Amino acid sequence: MATTTKEMEYSDAGSRAPQLEGYQQTTEDLVGEKLVLNMGPSHPATHGVLRLILEMDGETITKADPDVGFLHRGDEKIAENMQYNQFVPYTDRLDYLAPLASNVAYACAVEKLLDWELPPRGQAIRVLCCEMARISAHLLGLGAYAMDVGAMTVFLYTFTQREEIYNLCELLTGARFTTSYTRVGGQIRDLPEGFTDQLSKFCDDFLPALDEIDTLLMRNKIFLDRTKDIGVISKEKAIAYGLSGPNLRGSGVAHDLRKANPYLGYEQYDFDIPIGEHGDCYDRYLVRGEEMRQSVKIIRQVLKTLPDGPINIADAKQRVPNKESVLMSMEELIHHFILITEGIDAPPGEVYFGAENPKGELGFYIHSKGGGVPYRLKIRAPSFVNLSILPDLLPGHLMSDTVAVLGSLDFVMGECDR
Amino acid sequence: MDWQFLLASLTKIVVFVFLVTLPLVALTVWAERRVSAAIQDRVGPNRVGPFGLLQPLADGIKFLLKEDFTPSHVRKGFYWMAPALTMVPALMTCAVLPFGSTLFGEKMVIADLNVGPLFVFAIASLTVYGIVLAGWASNSKYPFLGGVRSTSQMISYEICLGLSIVPLLMIYGELNLSKIVYEQAENGWAMLPLWGEGWSLKGALLFIPVAISFVIFVTSMFAETNRLPFDLPECETELVAGYHTEYSSMKFALFFLGEYAAMIIGSGLAVTLFFGGWSLPFGWLKPDELHGEVGFLTGAIHIASFFLKVIAFILFFIVIRWTLPRFRYDQLMRLGWVFFFEIALANVILTALILWLVE
Repeated sequence: MATTTKEMEYSDAGSRAPQLEGYQQTTEDLVGEKLVLNMGPSHPATHGVLRLILEMDGETITKADPDVGFLHRGDEKIAENMQYNQFVPYTDRLDYLAPLASNVAYACAVEKLLDWELPPRGQAIRVLCCEMARISAHLLGLGAYAMDVGAMTVFLYTFTQREEIYNLCELLTGARFTTSYTRVGGQIRDLPEGFTDQLSKFCDDFLPALDEIDTLLMRNKIFLDRTKDIGVISKEKAIAYGLSGPNLRGSGVAHDLRKANPYLGYEQYDFDIPIGEHGDCYDRYLVRGEEMRQSVKIIRQVLKTLPDGPINIADAKQRVPNKESVLMSMEELIHHFILITEGIDAPPGEVYFGAENPKGELGFYIHSKGGGVPYRLKIRAPSFVNLSILPDLLPGHLMSDTVAVLGSLDFVMGECDR
Repeated sequence: MDWQFLLASLTKIVVFVFLVTLPLVALTVWAERRVSAAIQDRVGPNRVGPFGLLQPLADGIKFLLKEDFTPSHVRKGFYWMAPALTMVPALMTCAVLPFGSTLFGEKMVIADLNVGPLFVFAIASLTVYGIVLAGWASNSKYPFLGGVRSTSQMISYEICLGLSIVPLLMIYGELNLSKIVYEQAENGWAMLPLWGEGWSLKGALLFIPVAISFVIFVTSMFAETNRLPFDLPECETELVAGYHTEYSSMKFALFFLGEYAAMIIGSGLAVTLFFGGWSLPFGWLKPDELHGEVGFLTGAIHIASFFLKVIAFILFFIVIRWTLPRFRYDQLMRLGWVFFFEIALANVILTALILWLVE
């Protein structure tokens, strides 16, 4: 912006405004004037790059306008230009707090298009992945939520536990953060030696740690004051806005895709769906805490009943054969060459698969016209949908409640902006 | 004024304020980081010097060397004045705190005023100007909100703070902090009346209002020093950094140091009023009369006793900060005006009743 003479004469903006020509400021002008506050895209409480344009009357919010898209990378368009397996690393960067779950959801979606059924061990491993990712994501959500309302220590307690999960991820996939573990038709490798022992040890240590975290918050008067009856989402509104995941269940709707539409053999496992009563921020906190306990319950069941056998689709014409046989036998080498260069030959058709991810229903809609690449791939990002309720939810609350509401909605912008 | 008095005062100012309090600020910053690390299962700064003790020095050098950036949209005069206005009053309140009995025949207080607590409150209330000016002169929305919040918060809690010590002043019948401390050395600390006249029915009865006063005083102290759970003017996750968002380099450091200095002075005042200042429990090693001569060793022990208590208090401040979430602005004001204000008033009447009944 060019510097005007006015700006040079009056170097500070405060004294410049009344000096504008033809502008007589009177006290009447100031009555009822609203303050427009730009919260984000770089703000400590907006968890990434969410921008909220708040219109405030004093400290009370009268209008809230979320402005998303600062992290848009065009993932959906990118998917149209690559083979199905090549897109797996991009799913790491959707919900980067639970990359394993996004990997699994994507692989399941493509397998649904191909109409493949994974062997039982492969499915069980995927369940383990999903539940580990759920614990990891909810821990971060909980910690960041607590930090937003001022309890910094909780954040670091949850990170100590997340560290354990990251160690497990490293053991399982070789990467701590960007796991890229699944492939269409299976996983990149089987469970490593000692993994199950370490995972069950984590489960044993995790529950007491979670109880300890809860003692810091659950009956803390200040935390209750900050979260009870704040950001109340009614059952009807939650459904109307298409919320999913803990935010929907916090409002008292017992909808969980693992129960409602079981995939990966979730129907074999015994677990409960925690639901909230009032749909306020506190209920969403409770729901997340309980979901982690249920995840531990599922992990223990999986570990107990973990079947032996192959983890991948056995047919070498569909799933890339393992490396040793590729190097040793002609047939496998040809399959490998075809699959790597042309990709998996998917039948034409349209398919939608939604998985119950930590943030909610992560859906992949794949439109295939045959061949190795999708014609169109649409990602239904739960964070994006969950954030759509903000303009309805925030007005009437105080500015300080914004951080509690944002923390309790637990969104991740990598997924929201895609 | 004779030159001996001037020289003695000057020495006390230099030693107590610049050689003890300011390094104590640095030490508090270090302790804050190490204790918070211990609370949170971390290690904390341990690279610079033994146990990371030189970390504050490194921080200080960093603050000095950073670019002192002044945004173009600020009101320069007030913007420059604000950091000094928070730091100076915090250090000025040192003047009336008795930090020891006597040493080399000199009383260990810079100014033995007859209106000690009043002086402290008068000066401490000036800190609010620093914050208000910082918020307003920054000409930016987040600091402005921080400034507005802190004005109302600090003014409200100053009233609670003032009212909370009225019962104590009624009990001691005295506004001179040195005399209050000596009284406690003889007759039991306000919060530990177990010897002298404190160990009686009167002392036991008076312990009730004193304990209430203590709770209100400490809570208001948290609010006055903008520490969590009352750090609304800064409020990291809401207001970015509150009133000092637009400050950098040494100007920010002054706010930062001012906050910690205020915390130390607050602890010093609490120790003086409620925990017998420099005195040892059960009247051990107390001088025979007010400002009575004591040996060098006893004098040194008294000074050490005062600072040990202050450090214990600071640790309490730190532990609270890393345990509790933050209040919301309206809840904080409600707590101040609806609960503490009324309780403090009732407490004054209760003390008066007890004193009247007993005598």
